[in-house]
Amino acid sequence: MVTPKAAPTLLKPTRSVGIVGYGAYVPRYRLAAKEVARVWTGGKGGLPIKEKAVPGLDEDVITMSIEAARNAMARARIDPTELRAVWVGSESHPYAVKPTSTLVAEAIGAVPNTQAADWQFACKAGTEAVVAAMGLVGSGMGNYAMAIGMDTAQGKPGDALEYTAGAGGAAFILGPAEESLAVINASYSYVTDTPDFWRRPEAKYPEHGMRFTGEPAYFKHITEAATHLMDASGTSAKDYQWAVFHQPNTKFPQKVAKQLGFSTKQINPGLLVPVIGNTYAGAALIGLTGILDEARAGDRVLMVSFGSGAGSDAFDILITDKLEARRDLAPKTLDYIRRRTEIDYATYVRYRGKLQMK
Amino acid sequence: MEIPRHWRLKKQRYALVGEVCPHCEKKIFPPRDICPNCGNEARDLFAFSGKGEVYSYTTIYEAPSGYDSTTPYTVALVKLDEGPIVTAQLTDQGEQPTEIGMPVEMVTRKMRDDGDERGMIVYGYKFRPVLKN
Ligand SMILES: [Zn+2]
Repeated sequence: MVTPKAAPTLLKPTRSVGIVGYGAYVPRYRLAAKEVARVWTGGKGGLPIKEKAVPGLDEDVITMSIEAARNAMARARIDPTELRAVWVGSESHPYAVKPTSTLVAEAIGAVPNTQAADWQFACKAGTEAVVAAMGLVGSGMGNYAMAIGMDTAQGKPGDALEYTAGAGGAAFILGPAEESLAVINASYSYVTDTPDFWRRPEAKYPEHGMRFTGEPAYFKHITEAATHLMDASGTSAKDYQWAVFHQPNTKFPQKVAKQLGFSTKQINPGLLVPVIGNTYAGAALIGLTGILDEARAGDRVLMVSFGSGAGSDAFDILITDKLEARRDLAPKTLDYIRRRTEIDYATYVRYRGKLQMK
Repeated sequence: MEIPRHWRLKKQRYALVGEVCPHCEKKIFPPRDICPNCGNEARDLFAFSGKGEVYSYTTIYEAPSGYDSTTPYTVALVKLDEGPIVTAQLTDQGEQPTEIGMPVEMVTRKMRDDGDERGMIVYGYKFRPVLKN
């Protein structure tokens, strides 16, 4: 056993950075958890959420990322050619080989003088891209970088994950702190090799390591990341107006919030899983958009993601007085959530390509 | 397989990029390099706002090959705010009926798979009812 020598160290760029634009996307269709239960359990048993968002037949991570990116650009009010990176984190990229990010960059006019790449780390691929964007802008290599977390998650028919595997996400543009709607004071990441959830290349649906999904994975990593970040920042739960945690179901984020000392009121605007499902790489980030749609100047926000395999990124964020004037320049997250058409299980099966056609 | 054509048309398809005539300021879509209004050369790129309204429409039940996985769908003539009329699929209507004059906005969506599931995925513009004014 090697004892770690380095004490937890905050990631803090030499040049201060923040969020200069943000945009959410949630597809229109909804599948109620009780409809999944009707088909698989005769309607019996507890339900992990109310309903989840389902993408239409012509949607995927590329189209959804483009819309979130356009919303972020509308709020940032920068020229797309000023973006020096377009990074997309997802576990449902439409191609196994061919980047999502180049097509998104092309659609928003950011090509060709830019970085573009797809990120993969289960549900924390999006926040990992945010940390990288902090580094790119914070080092002065570029003024603006876009990081997206977006997913169209699949659950095996009848599996516990089918109730919650949703679709949606958000795009963030990082830039200099002095232009930011919210300054990122610091971040901290906590990562170990943990066998809680995976999908092999040829498998259509993921597998989960049953008893590994809760305590040693979700709760351990989020708690460690949040605690180290707050200790090193000299803060505690009461210093934050709002907090958002990765949300695979309704219960997990509520429980981890309580353990860390956060109230229901602090997590409510960012707790979207009951009405859109688990959006995987998009989950913590779209929760943050829900908070940004409501927060006031001076509010402090804690965001902690979690990705299986496993790791958590924690962020300490401070809202500036520039947010208020920008938030109405694009649809709010609640505008997408309220736009809903309920579908039955049969329609869901068609929309998600679960029918064998040949 | 029409890979060269998909590649050539990507800007107009992904982002509704057309042209504006430097002589009479007419907005042109799809781009054709010659102004249909004054006949002069027009090569300046112009990104349309994507806002418009339904001018006319029809619903397709028997789709051409490559488009049959999304039937039934509605194809509309959309009059863009900047003037030109484009033909495009409508999407994301839910239970909202199509009406002439309905305000719509452009979204970039999956059009079809070129060939089978091994081929490239073709993306392009569609229009949906305006989400928010
Ligand atoms: Zn002309």
